[in-house]
Amino acid sequence: MKYELVAGFETHIELGTNTKIFCSCSTEFGGEPNSHCCPVCIGLPGTLPVLNKKVVEYGVMAGLATNGKIANISKMDRKNYCYPDLSKAYQISQLYAPLSIGGYVQLSNGRKIRLHHIHIEEDAGKLIHNHGDTYVDYNRGGVPLIEIVSEPDIRSIDEAREYVEKLQQVMRYIGISDCRMQEGSMRCDVNISVRPVGSEKLGTRTEIKNMNSITFITKAMEYEFERQVDLIESGGQVVQETLRYDDATNTTSSMRSKEDAHDYRYFRDPDLVTISITDEEIEEIRSKLPELPQQKCERYIDELEIPPADASQLTKYRNISEYFDKAIDGLKKPKTVSNFIISQIFRTLRTEEDKEAFAVKTTPEQLNELCKLIEDGKVQNNLAKSVLDKMLESGKPCTEYITEEDMAGLDDDLVEKLCKDAIANNPKAVEQYKAGKEKAIMACMGYVMKNSKGKANAQDVLAKIKSLIS
Amino acid sequence: MGYIKKIQNMLTGGEITCVEFTKKYLEAIKTDNKELNAYVTVTEEEALATAQKVDEKIARGEELLPLEGVPMTLKDNISTKGIETTCCSKILSGYKPIYNATVWDILKNQNAVLLGKTNMDEFAMGSSCETSCFGGAMNPHNTCYVSGGSSGGVASAVAGDIAVFGLGSDTGGSIRQPASFCGIVGLKPTYGAVSRYGLVAYASSLDQIGPITKTVEDTAIVFDNISVYDKKDSTSCNKNISPTVDTLNKDIKGKKIGIAREYLDGVRDDVKESILAAAEKYKELGAEIVYFDLPALKFALPVYYILACAEASSNLGRYDGIRYGYKTEHYEGTHDMICRTRSEGFGDEVKRRILLGTYVLSAGYYDAYYKKAQNLRGTIIKAFEDAFENVDVILAPTVPMTAFEKGKATSDPVETYLTDICTVPINIAGLPSVSIPCGFNSNGMPIGMQIIGKKFDEATILNVAYKYEQVCPENFKDTKWGVKL
Repeated sequence: MKYELVAGFETHIELGTNTKIFCSCSTEFGGEPNSHCCPVCIGLPGTLPVLNKKVVEYGVMAGLATNGKIANISKMDRKNYCYPDLSKAYQISQLYAPLSIGGYVQLSNGRKIRLHHIHIEEDAGKLIHNHGDTYVDYNRGGVPLIEIVSEPDIRSIDEAREYVEKLQQVMRYIGISDCRMQEGSMRCDVNISVRPVGSEKLGTRTEIKNMNSITFITKAMEYEFERQVDLIESGGQVVQETLRYDDATNTTSSMRSKEDAHDYRYFRDPDLVTISITDEEIEEIRSKLPELPQQKCERYIDELEIPPADASQLTKYRNISEYFDKAIDGLKKPKTVSNFIISQIFRTLRTEEDKEAFAVKTTPEQLNELCKLIEDGKVQNNLAKSVLDKMLESGKPCTEYITEEDMAGLDDDLVEKLCKDAIANNPKAVEQYKAGKEKAIMACMGYVMKNSKGKANAQDVLAKIKSLIS
Repeated sequence: MGYIKKIQNMLTGGEITCVEFTKKYLEAIKTDNKELNAYVTVTEEEALATAQKVDEKIARGEELLPLEGVPMTLKDNISTKGIETTCCSKILSGYKPIYNATVWDILKNQNAVLLGKTNMDEFAMGSSCETSCFGGAMNPHNTCYVSGGSSGGVASAVAGDIAVFGLGSDTGGSIRQPASFCGIVGLKPTYGAVSRYGLVAYASSLDQIGPITKTVEDTAIVFDNISVYDKKDSTSCNKNISPTVDTLNKDIKGKKIGIAREYLDGVRDDVKESILAAAEKYKELGAEIVYFDLPALKFALPVYYILACAEASSNLGRYDGIRYGYKTEHYEGTHDMICRTRSEGFGDEVKRRILLGTYVLSAGYYDAYYKKAQNLRGTIIKAFEDAFENVDVILAPTVPMTAFEKGKATSDPVETYLTDICTVPINIAGLPSVSIPCGFNSNGMPIGMQIIGKKFDEATILNVAYKYEQVCPENFKDTKWGVKL
């Protein structure tokens, strides 16, 4: 029998606010243990939380960017559980009235992964084990998080990967988080079950907790899918439980069974007042949202005639697309810019982090200036390419590398002479061309371009050579 | 005249220095506290240093702030930087906060003279002060009787004249009940009128800090000074509450004073008679007495114990021995350490309420208990709102009886819970209520009555209370203890 994977995600994302969710301590990553702490975030008796407005704003942005409905009234609840890294023995979170309801993330195959809701909450501290002793560091305690809870709409590992990447992309675009999985600012719990293809009924699910890399997520899901299928095939049953993934052995193991599941005893936090957001406030936040990657990508394809694969590369990170948007200003053929970015500029950016940062010496205005010269026929493509390489290295404008003479173009006589020379010097290619091998003529083309130092207009040269041969 | 103004006149008039005056109180504490057990920590150095500052100020001819130089005390659940704040629980033994409660910041900035921290039921859970890990505070009218609870230490200190005023906290009657038992004045302000920041939480949606004093005027002065908006408390009210002290003596002719019939049911006869006698006095003062029904009152007690215990079970989860306070000595691993610390650190009454609260919030019981109680809380709030459509204040007994004899309250917890019947509805509805003495029973123990008001209408209830005090001063009786002015 063939089995289908069914998965849903709970994704925690640390918000990039300067201060914590309920006090004014810094949210900076790292730092001496317990150096970003105060009576409030270490939960001293008598202290009270005061909600950071920025956290609500960021939460609303996340909801709007994922097509959610922002609740005009939402509330904070206490999730009670006892663990040394949780200073109050409860986490302030949202259960009964979360900030954003519903919404979806659209995948490239057209499927929409529906979201159940998005809520805001505080992070816990960290345990540090050292020489058999355990210490607690509360620096992370009270750092604001959003939790994005999806419906079980994911049907393959590829969809899972894309879902996480899309979330990461959108949250970075709107600037509410750096979503660095390796630093823990984005973490995923995956609920996973299997069922025979064609079946509507959901199977028993297991939950793999707290994964902090896309590779681990896909590996863990692959493993867990196989494990569940094998179990069912061999006549067994999947047990509802919480699992942890061990990347060293690439296996999952049980953390706790359903019977041992925590009873969090959620109730409204009486220390915090209702969060009320008016429609006007929601619209104001919406109006400040940047164009989202999906919309941008579609616009590039539909309006700017950028090939889909290129459009998706340009929109992968906000910095790239913003650079592109500036560089195409007033140009007839935005694709020229796109080609320069994807071929030449990307070559200078080795890692994904470099691409994301997109710290390029050449300003978009400078690139724009170069492309205008191309469009005006003043500079030919080949010359432009070599000029751009120099620009990227020095950060100087294109005019530094292009002379008046370069821009003056070639007179027709000289072009004709070079074409004749090309034919004379490439008898074999001419022969092949005459025999019907269209591409052979490129050897002649190359000769002309080389000897004109790239200044000749390729279209004109091609026409000239063809006419000379026939 | 109230004691606060009188003392400030003495100080500024050069009759006595603040240091001398403070020493008198410290001396009295040394002798009288042995029997009253009102103080659990005495802050002699802090008191004398402040008094010194006050004297210097007087010497410079500067005007005193309203509470400056006045010897006072704080309940041991109000956080005081560097001064032990234990909630009279073993689990917080040795805990010295690193920050000040907002109310203490206010008082400290005014150079109020802190004599020490006062006794209370453990984590404010109790009605006799006897769940304190230090043993209960005794009633200055007769030390065979309890001071009441949970703010028993403050009431005992103030009634025993070893503090001029004190701040207590009231979650279900913890200011008013001991004030009533000790024959003095105690105000539970409107929820949100006084910052809770730094008050060690028992039940956050019900807790409120308020003054305990010997006169209504003193209560008004203290309340006016501590009812300040605090951005550190999200439930603090961000609007100006007009000073209550200016309108204390306003004529109450034509004021409508309501008496809910349900409030007189099940109240002991001597208490009922005192309340009705007070109503007669009010008639003489020109007020109108309006009897009405308040059937929602019958839900108050179960609603209170469900909500308060639910919140307490969450609020008290943090005492795990890791960061501060008591930690068990022998254990194996973190889990065992936490279990042992809590088992050894909490007293029976606190454990009982944590268990109750955990139960009512548990999966499968939440709807039947917690949610239902929340809904009924809405019903009770509405019932009071409706009542206040027709009356200006409500007159009610504070407690259905007078002070318990030592040891009586702890023997039957449920029986003791029932004695909170008159006070808890006010916390549930978030209303202000002041308890003032209105007589004595045959054993000479004080009887108290509450004057309950609309939200943020402390001015009216204190006005009504003040008028009674003027015509019935005999009910505001001194005890044999402490410093006499």
